Amino acid sequence: MSEFTIVLDGIAYGMVLFIISVGLTVTMGLMRVVNLAHGSFAMIGGYVAAVAVGAGVPFIAAAFGAALVAGLTGALAEVLVYRPLYRKGELAQALMTFGFTFVVIAALTAIFGTSIKTLPLPEYMSGLVDIGFRMYPAYRLFLIAFGLALALALWLGIDRSLYGARLRTAVDNPRMAGAVGINVNRLFQLTFAGGCALAGLGGVVGSALLPLEPYYALRYLVLFLVVVGVGGVGNFKGSFVAAISLGVIDTVAKYFLPSAAAYLFYGAVLALLLWRPDGLMPARSAQ
Amino acid sequence: MNPERSRATRSPPAEKPHAAGWGHLLPWTAALAFYFLGADFLGLGTNALIMVLFALSLDLVLGYAGIITMGHAAFFGFGAYAAGLCAIHVTNDPVTGLLIATAAAGILGFVTGTLILHTKGVTLMMLTLAIGALVAEVANHLRDYTGGDDGLHGIRMAPLLGAFRFDLWGHTAYLYTLAVLLAWFALAWRIMRSPFGRSLDGIRQNVRRMRAIGTPVWWRMVAVYSLGAAMAGTAGALSAQTTRAVGLTALELLASGTVLMVLILGGTRRLYGAFAGAVVYVVVQDFAAQVDPFRWMFVIGALLMAVVLFLENGLMGIIDFAAARARSLWREQTPR
Amino acid sequence: MSDAEARHANTLGAAPVLSVRGLCKSFGALTVAQDIELDLPGGARIGLIGPNGAGKTSFVNLLTGMLRPDAGSVLLEDRAIDRLRPELRVRRGLVRTHQINTLLAETPALENVAIAIAERKRIGWRMLRYGTGWRACLDEAEARLAAMGLGDDRLRLVRELPYGKQRLLEIAIALALKPRVLLLDEPAAGVPAGETRAIHEQLGDLPQDVAILMIEHDMDLVFRFAREIVVMVQGRVLTRGSPSEIANDDRVREVYLGRRVR
Ligand SMILES: Nc1ncnc2c1ncn2[C@@H]1O[C@H](COP(=O)(O)OP(=O)(O)OP(=O)(O)O)[C@@H](O)[C@H]1O
Ligand SMILES: [Mg+2]
Repeated sequence: MSEFTIVLDGIAYGMVLFIISVGLTVTMGLMRVVNLAHGSFAMIGGYVAAVAVGAGVPFIAAAFGAALVAGLTGALAEVLVYRPLYRKGELAQALMTFGFTFVVIAALTAIFGTSIKTLPLPEYMSGLVDIGFRMYPAYRLFLIAFGLALALALWLGIDRSLYGARLRTAVDNPRMAGAVGINVNRLFQLTFAGGCALAGLGGVVGSALLPLEPYYALRYLVLFLVVVGVGGVGNFKGSFVAAISLGVIDTVAKYFLPSAAAYLFYGAVLALLLWRPDGLMPARSAQ
Repeated sequence: MNPERSRATRSPPAEKPHAAGWGHLLPWTAALAFYFLGADFLGLGTNALIMVLFALSLDLVLGYAGIITMGHAAFFGFGAYAAGLCAIHVTNDPVTGLLIATAAAGILGFVTGTLILHTKGVTLMMLTLAIGALVAEVANHLRDYTGGDDGLHGIRMAPLLGAFRFDLWGHTAYLYTLAVLLAWFALAWRIMRSPFGRSLDGIRQNVRRMRAIGTPVWWRMVAVYSLGAAMAGTAGALSAQTTRAVGLTALELLASGTVLMVLILGGTRRLYGAFAGAVVYVVVQDFAAQVDPFRWMFVIGALLMAVVLFLENGLMGIIDFAAARARSLWREQTPR
Repeated sequence: MSDAEARHANTLGAAPVLSVRGLCKSFGALTVAQDIELDLPGGARIGLIGPNGAGKTSFVNLLTGMLRPDAGSVLLEDRAIDRLRPELRVRRGLVRTHQINTLLAETPALENVAIAIAERKRIGWRMLRYGTGWRACLDEAEARLAAMGLGDDRLRLVRELPYGKQRLLEIAIALALKPRVLLLDEPAAGVPAGETRAIHEQLGDLPQDVAILMIEHDMDLVFRFAREIVVMVQGRVLTRGSPSEIANDDRVREVYLGRRVR
């Protein structure tokens, strides 16, 4: 395997992290809620899709259905779990969302059982593709393309649209946003649901890299939070950079130093967070 | 000295003065009585006491100093492994092992604390998570020493103080744990009323104020973080010594979540809150959990959410309320 | 410096306790401090006035280390303190009050003062043997609160106190630290008119060699208190002089257009 494909693997992995985490960074930045439950939505998406594909639903349809379910769950959770938290302190937020994660894990395992869920890829994604000088798994190319497309769409949608302008106003200055007639509650709910839907989608398309197991929502929680923290809370571009960098660091470390990979990864995270406590690209409001 | 002032002198930061006298007697008498009455459940009782100590250590860090940590289990697990490895490779004298484990966890707390405590808020929370994950990762990885997923077994303890064997029924283990808990508790009680403890209370409330009076905020936080870590290390060591095994689960996020739940359920900044929380925890765990770890997660998660929503001051809040009602009823009925 | 020299310097009032050299600070395009030079000799009583947003609070933040200056230097008793963290500056006697109350809201007034005294006495680290030391702190705190007219409120939680009393507490804490240099940021703002007397008297009781800089919009208080007045506008020292010079300065009147100077 050449160095180039290892880096490519890392980028594909980073894209999965990005797809799942981008919703987290927006919700944590926008609502200023410490959200330790984001992994639950990715897990919900993954489980739903696994069951659907197992029942014969085509992969793409299952993926979008799963995203829808995760998004709807997110909208519901925003009302029931998150709204009571907006006025509370960080500790209450951390505890509540942590508790919610536990409950989701218990519920999913009660419904779907405690075995690892497999989500077979459709045929057109499981083959190899010629990328000029060698063959490369189509699935990973798909991840990279999908991640890039999503980043582009978010960039257009958040940096360039009216919705984005409102969102940014609400992030930077919630009181001002209310004053100029933005319905902050609706905006919060929509954005939160959107972020959760993306997490659900990420849980599906990333299931080959982040296996769907009962502790999924806790096991990868640190990973998603770290992407947000390293990127800068509230900054989706920062999350993109952080997700790709961490994906590449982790993959390269696993390949060259398999025995020390985990230390290297968390060591890198610690170093990055200590070096830049507000992340690589702090949101304007955090400066 | 006038009576009002002496009251202020003794009154702890977040506690009413009356909590001192009777309040002290009750939990310790109950713990001792359990030794005689609950002979069949001494193992369970020992677990409860260990959980009290663990939650107490978190109360210092999170309750008093306001450092929100999601990785406190790292210190418990580190202490447990330190005690286990010490018993297997160095000496199986329990007290020596306990001291070594306590010191080791305290040092880990000091090192990580100096690194991360100049950050705050969400960043700090993430750093505690990352350190927790790192420690778990290391333990999992050094399976030659820690046993990895299988855990550490084959711990054999020498008699306590050379005289009391760890018996099958857990008599020695229970009293040993109770004595260690009492020692730590007395220390914590005293420290939290000291100028140092009061400065922690101030740091939680308003860091700017504390800087403006010249408090070395960062050092104080490092100090209490190390102290809490050492205490958690003792709890871990007790767990390793009394159950004769250490598992990786001691390090997992679930363990950090559990101790958070116990503390919050009991009530923060009360020290005795840890007792109330741990008792409920152990009882519920025994009834609902052992069968299926996932049902157990549901219980912890639901309790965490319920406390945040409905019980901001935890069980101690209820106890306070009941005590105040009882007092006022009593006053109404006894004519002067 | 020998004792004799020190006394000599003091009697002349020559050696500044606090010197500010070329202090600059901008927030993006907004300049809040531009090349500020200022000496506070021992016993100084300086009033710092200026319109809203002139940079007065920012100046105090720069001196105390809450803000990092872009350029310039601060010397406390001839030693540069630019690299000292805020709490260490306080330990050297550079003490401030806040324009907006910054107190421990869930703690009784008495203890707010007592923990400040404990830090001053360097017993803030004591964990186990603190009985007499802490009691002495409480006794002193009680006396200080009584002097501020807060004796009856000493056991109330700060959040239960009316704003004006919280202001007085803020000042009582600063005085309890026995400052060498005292920076007061609008001490009287929010204090009912009748109670500013207590502030004035307490400041009068301070040792004469303490240097005080007072920011204040209440011109009566400033002119009663200050021997020298510094006028700041847009981060720059516009002018300085005795109270009567300032009261008659046309530029100052212009800045304060609509505001009564004396
Ligand atoms: N951290 C900061 N970031 C950006 N701008 C700031 C910051 N702190 C203060 N400012 C701005 O700097 C300017 C000066 O503020 P400062 O508080 O020093 O004024 P002031 O002279 O104390 O005014 P006042 O009389 O109202 O108290 C104001 O326009 C304020 O908005
Ligand atoms: Mg000001």
